[in-house]
Amino acid sequence: MSADRSKPPAGGADYTVDELLAHSLAIEAEAEERYTMLAEQMEVHNNDEVAKLFRRLAEIEGKHVAKVQALSGDTPIPHIAPWDLRWQGQSSPEAPEFDDLHYLMTPHHALELALQGECYAAEFFADIAASASDATVRQMAEELAQEEREHVALVEKWLARYPKPDRNWADDQDPPGQE
Amino acid sequence: MSVDTEGTTAALAARDYKSSVKPVWCPGCGDFSVLSALTKALAEMQLPPEQVAVISGIGCSSRIPAYLNTYGFHGVHGRALPLGVGLKVARPELTVLVSGGDGDGFSIGGNHFLHACRRNVDITYIVMDNQVYGMTKGQASPTTAPDWSLSKLTPEGPGINPFYPLVIALASGANFIARASTSDPNGTARMLVEAIRHPGFSFVQILSPCVTFQPEQRDWKKLVRPAPVAATSDPAKAARRLMTDDNLFVGILYQGSREPFQPRLENRLEHPTELEEQFAV
Ligand SMILES: Cc1ncc(C[n+]2csc(CCOP(=O)(O)OP(=O)(O)O)c2C)c(N)n1
Ligand code: SF4
Ligand SMILES: [Mg+2]
Repeated sequence: MSADRSKPPAGGADYTVDELLAHSLAIEAEAEERYTMLAEQMEVHNNDEVAKLFRRLAEIEGKHVAKVQALSGDTPIPHIAPWDLRWQGQSSPEAPEFDDLHYLMTPHHALELALQGECYAAEFFADIAASASDATVRQMAEELAQEEREHVALVEKWLARYPKPDRNWADDQDPPGQE
Repeated sequence: MSVDTEGTTAALAARDYKSSVKPVWCPGCGDFSVLSALTKALAEMQLPPEQVAVISGIGCSSRIPAYLNTYGFHGVHGRALPLGVGLKVARPELTVLVSGGDGDGFSIGGNHFLHACRRNVDITYIVMDNQVYGMTKGQASPTTAPDWSLSKLTPEGPGINPFYPLVIALASGANFIARASTSDPNGTARMLVEAIRHPGFSFVQILSPCVTFQPEQRDWKKLVRPAPVAATSDPAKAARRLMTDDNLFVGILYQGSREPFQPRLENRLEHPTELEEQFAV
């Protein structure tokens, strides 16, 4: 996992309102799509409990997409090519990375991933709020950071219901290798 | 649907290029990231899905056409390139992408790889290289390290020099040569856009970990790094760069200007039955 995934670019994060909206839309849309893809993987591998959690997370992120769109009102959010989005690290702050998955993962692992994503997103927007020169950007970024903090609290509450599994959770009696 | 640069018209988003088929790849497989990068690339180019054909061979990676909303053909092992070349020659207006694995492209399909580079038809060839035959449970492929000993078939490692896809592509005449990594899906998407836009045969090797049979490839994301020099159009310079390449540099190596091969189609038959008539006994 890239350690600096949550950070706006080095040397400052002075986004315009348009840039902030485009970044937040890209972040939420990617998270929604990623959780959907992760849910599908778990469905294919008959890990229904984790699949349902990922579906639920995708739904939540979908609502977030709508909220960002609402923030921009009638003004369309400009599109920025994925490679021109500015953040440190190579992937968007919120979406778990594909290689974080395991076919035998438990709800605890899934929620840990989600928690990390929400924390990264909250930090990302908080950093922008702290360094933007434009007052509207500061206010919008703070609003977005607050939203993410609420998600952090929600995921933490869920996580409390799923204690850490024992250390043999990945043991498979019939592993996919050539044994 | 997302908003385009002018913010005026509804546009196709990456998810509009995905099919409803759920991938059966192992969770954690690098190929998911390739799927994501490819759909982002197609969305950035706003290519109508019905104008794109993705042709593959056999292997885990070769399943990718099923997961896309474009036209697709899941062909025979190692024969994706002749299929793709044939399609492009017959239907030059289509964007033809050929995709697959290192086994499909460099073992059984190795011969086709050389000649597709040579022929320089305007297609893009994407190889998801995991240095193993993933689908058949982890045998050594042409790009496997000589001392890789995780397979029971090669308990002391294959013991032979790996195949260097970029070297072969350059020597055989590919017009665009690049290496990408699944650890950077957005960077990979950009590279795919450039490869598709470049005329002639474009080859992109994507380092795509097989987490099941090559688990140590999870570390690739810590090891890959951007190539220290920009793309060149000089094959001699590209060849010199490859002399010091350790297979972990990511970037566009070469962008040539050779004229793509596209035969004239005016004499072609209107209907396959005309061909049958010619061969009737
Ligand atoms: C003619 C033929 N020979 C052998 C096979 C068995 N086979 C299926 S996939 C494969 C190798 C696939 O490796 P690669 O292209 O690297 O794909 P990966 O699964 O690693 O993505 C082989 C040898 C076959 N399907 N057809
Ligand atoms: S066996 Fe390897 S290449 Fe095939 S889906 Fe699994 S991780 Fe991917
Ligand atoms: Mg392979």
